[in-house]
Amino acid sequence: MSMELRTSPHQHSGRDVPVIMRNVVYSLLPICAFSVWQYGLSAAALIVTVTLACLAAERINNRISGAGNTLSDWSAAITGVLLALTLPPAFPLWMGAVAGFAAIWLGKSLFGGLGQNPFNPALIGRAFVQAAFPTAISTWAPAFAAHRFGEFIPSSLAAPFMAPPDIASWVRQQGVDAFTGATPLARWKFENITPPAMDFLTGHVTASAGETSAILILLCGLYLAARKFLDWRIPVAVLGSAMLLAWAFHLAQPDRYPAPLFVLLSGGLMLGAWFMATDMATSPVTPRGIWLYGALIGILTVVIRYFGGLTEGVMYAILIANAAGPLLDQFNQPRILGGKRDKS
Amino acid sequence: MSAPTSFDEFLDGLWRQNPIFVMVLGMCPTLAVTVSAVNAISMGLATTFVLGTSCLLVSLLRHSIPKQVRIASYIVIIATFVTVVDYAIQAISLDLYEALGAYIKLIVANCILLGRAEAHAAKNPPLPATLNAIGMGLGFTLGLLAIGCVREMLGAGKLFGISLFGAHFQPWVVMVLPPGGFFVLAFWLILFAAFRHINGRRNAQLGEVQS
Repeated sequence: MSMELRTSPHQHSGRDVPVIMRNVVYSLLPICAFSVWQYGLSAAALIVTVTLACLAAERINNRISGAGNTLSDWSAAITGVLLALTLPPAFPLWMGAVAGFAAIWLGKSLFGGLGQNPFNPALIGRAFVQAAFPTAISTWAPAFAAHRFGEFIPSSLAAPFMAPPDIASWVRQQGVDAFTGATPLARWKFENITPPAMDFLTGHVTASAGETSAILILLCGLYLAARKFLDWRIPVAVLGSAMLLAWAFHLAQPDRYPAPLFVLLSGGLMLGAWFMATDMATSPVTPRGIWLYGALIGILTVVIRYFGGLTEGVMYAILIANAAGPLLDQFNQPRILGGKRDKS
Repeated sequence: MSAPTSFDEFLDGLWRQNPIFVMVLGMCPTLAVTVSAVNAISMGLATTFVLGTSCLLVSLLRHSIPKQVRIASYIVIIATFVTVVDYAIQAISLDLYEALGAYIKLIVANCILLGRAEAHAAKNPPLPATLNAIGMGLGFTLGLLAIGCVREMLGAGKLFGISLFGAHFQPWVVMVLPPGGFFVLAFWLILFAAFRHINGRRNAQLGEVQS
């Protein structure tokens, strides 16, 4: 008789990495569809290009490292789709491809692949192109342009390594009235104008490809949370802390700081809270650590938005919190059942 | 017999023990002044000059420098030649002098110099000491140039100040910023590590075949 010795857990839920990752991709599809409906061909091409770049980078890395094919765990595809959703829709496709390669190589492969990466790969990719191409990443295109399904935004098709053309004349031809070329956060910061909350629900705002409809992101995120593919505590902590802090500022100086709802709906906070901060490889695992991690992201986001030089702070907030994650885990180890209450 | 060994000493620094890619020494100027190929090559040549001359002098004086004060003596020797280079570059091109900034004076603190003086020049006769030092210097120059070329091409679309890709090139701003230095250095280190790995495997296979 042979005996097998195993450590716990003994029961397997049947959920492995590919299953979880595939469900995340499914939940991102409505957001992608909405983005394509809003921005047309350019958004579709951007999502496809960035995802293909991520898959290509992963495949090349598989070849070099001699490890098996890791495309089938879907993680590279998620990185690609998420990264594309954080980029402006008029972003040149070749820069999107650069971002995809940077995300996989700098963000994941160098650390040893999926599960070893301390930072969210999609955000590493975005941070890289933000540093490399600061003008292109802050060039915004209007949503619902008249010919969006018939032609590309001219800057999308810039030749590789060439600067994208100016899109101002193209914007004028599209019959979009009153396009300012600034995101709501930038308009609030520099002109003190906040759009009505309804605009965020219908997507009539200037933003990155996938962060325009807060309500859609919320629904997709809730689907994942309900099926327990993400830890609900992280988005709750992120959004809760951001809202509380924004509310406190708003109460103190209502004419200077916007209403908490604006902080929640604008920019990438929704997308970041539900899809980036919850990345399993880069978030803490201890219960108290998770709450602190989420709160850190929310607080840093508001602080960067209100007092930083940038208009949007979600990306850096999540990256900083990713870096702090292991430390938060270390300081918040739960008491082992039957262990001493206070060690120190 | 002495000719091939001296040549070996020379090759050591240039390739087998390349100060940047193999020993990973002198990172401060490597990251700081490699924004353009011209900066990189002038920094490398300045360091090569200081290395060659100071190692020659250290080697000549190796029997008369007391062991207890050798480090201080080496530093005085190195500092002398750094001062020479500092004034020379200032006289040749003020633009270059300003571009390199404090890093010319900081050659004195470059660990490659003290390392060579202590580890090689102090124990060897003048000819091999100088050859080794110049090899190291040229290896350093090669490394700086490799990093500087990539950063200048991506960061400004130029090489040695000549525009390569036309007026519509989109510069990668990050490449002329400090993170660009780290990215490109890491890229070359990976490439060299991979090269050594493949080479090592091939040599091991050859060894098996022969035995």
